[in-house]
Amino acid sequence: MLEWAQSLLASVPPLLLLTAYMFIFILVLFGCVAYVTLAERRVIGFMQVRVGPNRVGPRGFGQPIADALKLMFKEMILPNDADRFLFRLAPLLSMIPALAAWAVIPFAERWSFADINAGLLYLLAMTSLGVYGVIVAGWASNSKYALLGALRSAAQIVAYEIAMGFALVGVLMASGSLNLGDIIEAQKGSVLHWYWLPLFPLFLAYLISGVAETNRAPFDVVEGESEIVAGFHVEYSGMGFALFFLAEYANIILISALTALLFLGGWLSPFPESWASIPYIGFVLGHGPHMFIAKTCFFIFCFLWFRATFPRYRYDQIMRLGWKILLPVTLIWIFVEGVLLYFEVPPWFD
Amino acid sequence: MKSIINIIKSFTLFELLKGMSLTGRRLVSKKFTVQYPEEKTPQSPRFRGLHALRRYPSGEERCIGCKLCEAVCPALAITIDSEEREDGSRRTTRYDIDLFKCVYCGFCEEACPVDAIVETRIFEYSFFERGTQVMTKEMLLEVGRKHEEQIAKDRQVDAQYR
Repeated sequence: MLEWAQSLLASVPPLLLLTAYMFIFILVLFGCVAYVTLAERRVIGFMQVRVGPNRVGPRGFGQPIADALKLMFKEMILPNDADRFLFRLAPLLSMIPALAAWAVIPFAERWSFADINAGLLYLLAMTSLGVYGVIVAGWASNSKYALLGALRSAAQIVAYEIAMGFALVGVLMASGSLNLGDIIEAQKGSVLHWYWLPLFPLFLAYLISGVAETNRAPFDVVEGESEIVAGFHVEYSGMGFALFFLAEYANIILISALTALLFLGGWLSPFPESWASIPYIGFVLGHGPHMFIAKTCFFIFCFLWFRATFPRYRYDQIMRLGWKILLPVTLIWIFVEGVLLYFEVPPWFD
Repeated sequence: MKSIINIIKSFTLFELLKGMSLTGRRLVSKKFTVQYPEEKTPQSPRFRGLHALRRYPSGEERCIGCKLCEAVCPALAITIDSEEREDGSRRTTRYDIDLFKCVYCGFCEEACPVDAIVETRIFEYSFFERGTQVMTKEMLLEVGRKHEEQIAKDRQVDAQYR
């Protein structure tokens, strides 16, 4: 049976096979995105001492499906003065980079769609591209609130991109490679060898600017419903809105996955190597994609936790944090890291 | 000195972590939500819901058409017509309450000298057609007939305070 399946797989052209894998992966990712929205409503509900949606299906598990169906059957309204082409293009522009970035993410050793040597650069490029969707949406809507949201978004992304880039430079210096697989290999050892410890300020800076990059609370001035209604996506309804929504949550998953990869050792297990040979539960405790997924889930939970806890930053506070705190902190730590590297301080840099 | 403490506080994210520990504790604490159709909040015997007209145990209507409730009603929701019956007693021929006008203040109940008009504990009702929000005498008597037991019990509990 297995041989038959293997011979069947071998007979399929590799490009077709890759396409099929991608298709399956994107479907799974969409499923995850849908359930992150449910998780968000449940977790925030719990943190506000209420229970959240629990009516559709057992324990509310049908809720994302009901939401998706509702949005699909709604009319997508095109405003009179909107730029027709850009208005329809914008949701795609914000969705595609969030999906494309997954191409280089390694789920386990040498297990990614494209194992390229400039993986980190590619990621930086893809996560920055997402802002074009927001800007184009704000411009094409021809609405003052949407335009204000887009302007805020542009300024915010520029400010936090720099801190984020410097955090990535720190990782690059420590691992000496742009290849994500190699970056994780370089973190091998124990929990203390993962980069969160030697690069702790960069880890925090990356996480904070990651929240800002995805326009999530407390950095959600782009949407800022109490000030500019819904920001860049005021004019969107139906599937257009659904795509922005999907993109936002796909970005959350992406940033969580990246934080897990770059600072928490991706697929590496926090337990000692010897535990992996324990019968029955060994494969759970050893290295593997499940560790990566668990770490990603932890950061996704953190995103929801932040939203439940922190009030929105004022616009000037966001700029201050980005330019006057995160930027100097990352720069100083890169210098410190350089000194550590020069003197080959164990156990990280020897 | 104070500014140094402030700097340390903000760089260790002290206040942020404090806030997150609060929401973290709330995450696992008991939830206040009442799962409405299955669970309901407790009601007072003085609850003021849908109106009802009562009868005496003999079957005689309590309402004597004195129109005190109509007079006291701040929303002018009550309309009463009365006539003399064959046996010479005064009885209402029309007793309408417009539930869209009614503010559920309970003054009609307080004004009534014979405890005829009362407000029950019923609060889950709705109207599907225009005009059906007007409760006629028959409808009010029917509500009273259905829930007389509960109504009488609630009046009994409250009697010592009246």
